Amino acid sequence: MEETNRNIYSGQFDIEGGNFNAAGTVSTSIKSILKKLNIPGEIVRKAAIVSYEAEINVVSYAKKAVVRLTVAPKKVHIEVDDTGPGIPNIELAMQEGYSTADQRIREMGFGAGMGLSNIKNYSDEFHIESEVGKGTRLQMTIQTP
Amino acid sequence: MKTEKIVQELGLDVKCGGDYLDKKVTGGYTGDLLSDVMGNSKEGYIWITRQVHQNIVAVASLKELAGIILINSSEPTRETLEKAEAEGIPIMVSNLPAFEISGKIYNLLMSEI
Ligand SMILES: Nc1ncnc2c1ncn2[C@@H]1O[C@H](COP(=O)(O)OP(=O)(O)OP(=O)(O)O)[C@@H](O)[C@H]1O
Ligand SMILES: [Mg+2]
Repeated sequence: MEETNRNIYSGQFDIEGGNFNAAGTVSTSIKSILKKLNIPGEIVRKAAIVSYEAEINVVSYAKKAVVRLTVAPKKVHIEVDDTGPGIPNIELAMQEGYSTADQRIREMGFGAGMGLSNIKNYSDEFHIESEVGKGTRLQMTIQTP
Repeated sequence: MKTEKIVQELGLDVKCGGDYLDKKVTGGYTGDLLSDVMGNSKEGYIWITRQVHQNIVAVASLKELAGIILINSSEPTRETLEKAEAEGIPIMVSNLPAFEISGKIYNLLMSEI
């Protein structure tokens, strides 16, 4: 039996780049879906953190993105696939403190260079791939007990 | 200790979310960088900041914080207040700077244990 085929939930959301007024709505939806599915609080909070950071990065740097949420019996999987400038140097971008955020973004409290680090720290598995001029794709998995 | 007690003891001005002051405050975090707060705050914490933009509400709500205290008499934007009311996040204002309000809250919380 292939356990991964028995998904409890799968859904898709869109993020619009540049729209800071709506920033956080996709992660808020993800959180409430996971809560309704009775996923343990600690897992929900981790999923909220990683999806929020990914969402803010799309709003800050990309044009748009599709988010896919999959809940399987033993894990929560979140994929954020954006159309945007891509990341030229992923290793550098992953470093805590590195940021290319402009003044406008910084005035709102973003640009600490901690978002990708938070994603890495709060997910059990994290993959990032990016193509300059095309976009970036993040894949985050959180294991449920 | 509930948020309510902190409001009374420190004379905070409750701007919105007055119906949600009965949450237990488990600690506090002071900071103006949203990712820092996202990564380092915990459920039930009170958040002390100078940020007034509506993005603070999503952080507080996603992290299930007890509330947000704005320092130096900072005024929250209208959008911030509307969002916070809808999400059930109390926003309170103090005329003190971050260092002083953080110290006072630290003492209050420590006096309880
Ligand atoms: N989706 C993306 N598209 C293009 N560039 C990105 C994307 N996500 C991150 N980056 C680049 O990687 C850098 C580091 O991202 P990270 O989220 O760690 O920090 P930040 O967004 O700059 O600040 P913080 O997240 O702390 O508010 C960004 O400044 C940006 O240059
Ligand atoms: Mg970021």
